[in-house]
Amino acid sequence: MGPPEPAPDPVNQAMIRHWVEAVGDRNPVYVDAEAAAASVHGQVVAPPVMLQAWAMRGLRPRPPAGGTAQDELMALLDEAGFTSVVATNCEQDYDRYLHIGDHLSAAAVIESVSDEKGTALGPGHFVTTRITYTDQHGERVASMLFRILKFRPPQPAGAGSGGKGEEGAQPRPRRPRPALTQDNAFFFEGAHQGRLLIQRCASCLRLRHPPRPMCPHCRSLEWDTVEAGGRGSVYSYVINHHPQVPAFDYPLVIALVELEEGTRLVSDLVGVDPGEVQVGMAVEVDFVAFDDELTLPVFRPVAAG
Amino acid sequence: MSTVTGTPSYDRVQVGQELPELTVPLTRTLIVATAIASRDYQDVHHDPELARERGSKDIFMNILSTNGFVGRFVTDWAGPDAVLKRVAIRLGVPNYPGDSMRLTGVVRAKVDGAVEVEVRGANSLGDHVSGTVTVALPR
Repeated sequence: MGPPEPAPDPVNQAMIRHWVEAVGDRNPVYVDAEAAAASVHGQVVAPPVMLQAWAMRGLRPRPPAGGTAQDELMALLDEAGFTSVVATNCEQDYDRYLHIGDHLSAAAVIESVSDEKGTALGPGHFVTTRITYTDQHGERVASMLFRILKFRPPQPAGAGSGGKGEEGAQPRPRRPRPALTQDNAFFFEGAHQGRLLIQRCASCLRLRHPPRPMCPHCRSLEWDTVEAGGRGSVYSYVINHHPQVPAFDYPLVIALVELEEGTRLVSDLVGVDPGEVQVGMAVEVDFVAFDDELTLPVFRPVAAG
Repeated sequence: MSTVTGTPSYDRVQVGQELPELTVPLTRTLIVATAIASRDYQDVHHDPELARERGSKDIFMNILSTNGFVGRFVTDWAGPDAVLKRVAIRLGVPNYPGDSMRLTGVVRAKVDGAVEVEVRGANSLGDHVSGTVTVALPR
């Protein structure tokens, strides 16, 4: 929980006027002293739904260090790539209407941060905050539950290409790069040379895939590689229609191929109508250079005869 | 165009009663003006290019303004002697410029001098906002 942060300005007629003009609210109790005096309110009041506006940071710079817990949480989520934000829920309870001259403070408590959720906007975390508003006497005037979604936006089409351009004129986004490690780099280097390599334990000579540092059979950390013959069969497959990533063609046939050598690997299956794919289908490797840096093995059905 | 017409009394309001509709044309000016009036300078509410970079098709209305329109919609009907007690909203699809939002409401309950109004605000994409407003009315 952060300490109460005072609003930059007391409740004032100018900000109320800006608000009711923008929203088109013609309720006279917000701007007309006479009408307000004759109403149940007795004096000019601020629109209660304007609550949050009083304590907004606006364009004031964030404190350089030692910001609030909220600031810290937002910074952490930004760093993790959840850079976009939308508000999803707001529940305000008003103890009383605010009058000109009232000076609010807002104290925020982060109630919860959800696990990562898949949403229509992208993966993200819901952050629920409870804010208590007090006046210059320390009396509570309102409380609010506020929920936002901090999400990772999808790469916009043509990101980084600059300019607007015509639809379709933008270069196609490149395939995602593999996450290279000391253990798996040989596989991708082999592919770049048109060779399908399998990791082999140097002690017991068993083959294994995907690559990893230790042999699951004899626990040896020593390994080398052998080149596969490139033939195998479809052990299982899935046809991906959605969600679509711009670097791929859809429907995308993703197969788990069992090589003649006995290991299995996940790969694109090309040169086949998605409706024709069958488990057990004989396939052979081919290599596709997706761009200057990235060549990957794909599999295609073995030509009949 | 709706106007402030005076305050309906608690005793005469009936559960199931519908509020006069309010249609809000969502001009770019409105979306920017309401964001700034609420001191919300998030770029997605005024800068189309940055909004697109952040995964939105255009700028969109901020939630503080949605609150503003929901509150206005209810007090346009309830009048200057009404007292808002609670506004609870959930956002759905965004309010983008060029669209319009149609607010509708139904009285769902009467409790101790206050009525609960179920509010919806729909644009061409679907429901932008749904929620409940509790407002005290004079007897």
